[in-house]
Amino acid sequence: MLEIKGLRANIGENEILKGIDLTVNKGEIHAVMGPNGSGKSTLAQVIAGHPAYEVTAGSVTYDGQDLLDMEPEERAQAGIFLAFQYPVEIPGVTNAYFLRSAYNAVRKARGEEEVDPLEFLDVMEEKMKLVDMDPSMLNRSVNAGFSGGEKKRNEIVQLAVLNPRLAILDETDSGLDIDALRIVADGVNKLRTPEKSAIVVTHYQRLLNYIVPDFVHVLAGGRIVKSGGKELALELEEHGYDWIQNEQSAAGAGSRA
Amino acid sequence: MTQPETAVDHYVGMFESLDHAEAGGAGELRRRAMDRFAGLGFPTMKNEDWHYTSVAPIATRSFNRTGSPTSLSAGELDQYLFDSPDWTRLVFVDGWLAPELSSVHDHPGVQISDLSSMLREGGKVPQLGTIADHETVAFTALNTALMQDGAVITVAGNVEVAQPIHLVFLSAHPVPQAASFPRNLVVLEKGARATVIESYVGLRDESYLTVSVTEIALGEGARLEHIKVQNESAGAFHVATIQARQERDSDLHSFSYASGAELSRTNVNTLLDGSGSSCTMNGMYMVSGSQHVDHQTSIEHAQPNTTSREIYKGILDGHSHGVFNGKVYVRPEAQKTDGKQSNNNLLLSDHARVDTKPQLEIFADDVKCTHGATVGRLDEVALFYMKSRGLDAEQARTLLIYAFAADVLEEITVKPVKDALEAAVFARVRGGKLEMASD
Ligand SMILES: Nc1ncnc2c1ncn2[C@@H]1O[C@H](COP(=O)(O)OP(=O)(O)O)[C@@H](O)[C@H]1O
Ligand SMILES: [Mg+2]
Repeated sequence: MLEIKGLRANIGENEILKGIDLTVNKGEIHAVMGPNGSGKSTLAQVIAGHPAYEVTAGSVTYDGQDLLDMEPEERAQAGIFLAFQYPVEIPGVTNAYFLRSAYNAVRKARGEEEVDPLEFLDVMEEKMKLVDMDPSMLNRSVNAGFSGGEKKRNEIVQLAVLNPRLAILDETDSGLDIDALRIVADGVNKLRTPEKSAIVVTHYQRLLNYIVPDFVHVLAGGRIVKSGGKELALELEEHGYDWIQNEQSAAGAGSRA
Repeated sequence: MTQPETAVDHYVGMFESLDHAEAGGAGELRRRAMDRFAGLGFPTMKNEDWHYTSVAPIATRSFNRTGSPTSLSAGELDQYLFDSPDWTRLVFVDGWLAPELSSVHDHPGVQISDLSSMLREGGKVPQLGTIADHETVAFTALNTALMQDGAVITVAGNVEVAQPIHLVFLSAHPVPQAASFPRNLVVLEKGARATVIESYVGLRDESYLTVSVTEIALGEGARLEHIKVQNESAGAFHVATIQARQERDSDLHSFSYASGAELSRTNVNTLLDGSGSSCTMNGMYMVSGSQHVDHQTSIEHAQPNTTSREIYKGILDGHSHGVFNGKVYVRPEAQKTDGKQSNNNLLLSDHARVDTKPQLEIFADDVKCTHGATVGRLDEVALFYMKSRGLDAEQARTLLIYAFAADVLEEITVKPVKDALEAAVFARVRGGKLEMASD
């Protein structure tokens, strides 16, 4: 479904991603872990098409298409969704209007009928229950004045409404208490099907107790330095990221010897 | 630069040729105002009130009043009106009342007449010329000397006029370089309430000039909702002054919307002359191409415990130029003044420009006054966020522009006007940039 090869990306003069290889097949959940500043959000934003990042090398294909050649909205319409680490506030645009515009844009791209506000209300009510969101938020401006937890839940409402084939969750767990975390994870799990894939970016192992990954990758210094199964997350939890970095430098020293 | 003598002479000549009947009950007032205009001349950019707006395009042309209203059918108006049949509507075409397009609903305690017939009957119009300043303000002097027609509205004490009164000023001048000089007077006596809407629209693309003045007197505890909608033609020049005087506990709620004209200047001024009086002055301007839009507001806190709230927003595209100057004066006796002002501008092109100048002059010590001005562009992060949800670039820009304007439009309490202006903004920002003003 998604194939990333030798991906390098800069912001300004700084190279942040220094050669990423990652393949996500249909139905798989991949966790991407790593210390702060290692480039996890950069990877997520590059997949979503953020214009501030410049891809300098490598390729990303999605269903055989050159993803890097697509506009952000085309990526969304093709079924990619990024739940932002820092969701953006849009004062003056209501959630209801925004969600319906997004829903209709994606439906239109799929050749489906657009829905009117009344039909959409039905869609919404169901999705909001999924993450226990108060319907009054529909009339509030997108994320404006939302608490950190509300913003994260709102990302999951959008995810549920747009029903993407590849979901990328960027630290959706940070800032959530354990109850909210469980609600969000349950919501995500309910949306799982064998056709859909996800990349779950997280700093902590905690979320992976609820959203169980098939693969875990450790990103450090803009590279994937270790990959494994779900047990890798537990090892990281136990030993910390230093463990990987030490192992890396040990391996580096060994190969040079 | 010196201005051509001829510009002023032209209007003096026009004044001399007014027939006696028309000059009517305001003959002396007109003459005094004409003398003042001749003395003042058109303002230059050296005048600090005109620092960012050159009136050379007006001063170098010779505009002539159209003698009688161009005849129009009711159908030609429809697209400019947002009123409903139960509103009183006075339509002025080329500066003159068009009775066949107007309808006045009788309401106990409310007098609505047209200025021209009041003056023609030799009658005096109390308070006319006592609120707006024709002594030092050139355009007010010019309007006062040459005023044609307009509404004179008086609402008796404690009378509430539930339905808005809509004054429509249409320019349909049959020849280019025409001018109209509308003049209105709104008097709300103690405790009266009313809503007055002024619409300015142009039906022709030729260059023409509108110079209007509206005087407002609010008695104790009176409340006026005043909305001005400026949708003049693309080639028009428009200079309007709204000047209010407020007694104690009165409230003026004003909105000025400007999207038309090649060059427009709107002055909204009030004198909070009674303790406990308050005003809200909001507005929005939306321009593109080579349009120039200027708002100057003045709020004078002259008595204690007076309150003012002001929000103006501007959206500018193309090579347009916006000017906002918000003056707030607090006199020494105006303790406990509470004033808030903001002006926010959204630039949609690299060539659009805004000059915004808050101007607070505070001579009392126990006051709370704040102001803020911003000039910004569309938020790239928000645009990306919206695109990442499937909205295309145009849709995302349109929504953000609309959102920028939404909160100030929300302040308009007359729903049909609010809806019409929202629709106008939406229609104009379609495609994520401003279409040219069209008429
Ligand atoms: N907009 C930006 N401008 C400059 N540097 C940035 C920007 N975004 C990220 N970086 C830098 O890129 C590196 C990776 O950041 P990020 O991808 O956010 O890491 P993570 O999500 O793993 O914490 C960090 O060193 C960060 O400082
Ligand atoms: Mg991050």
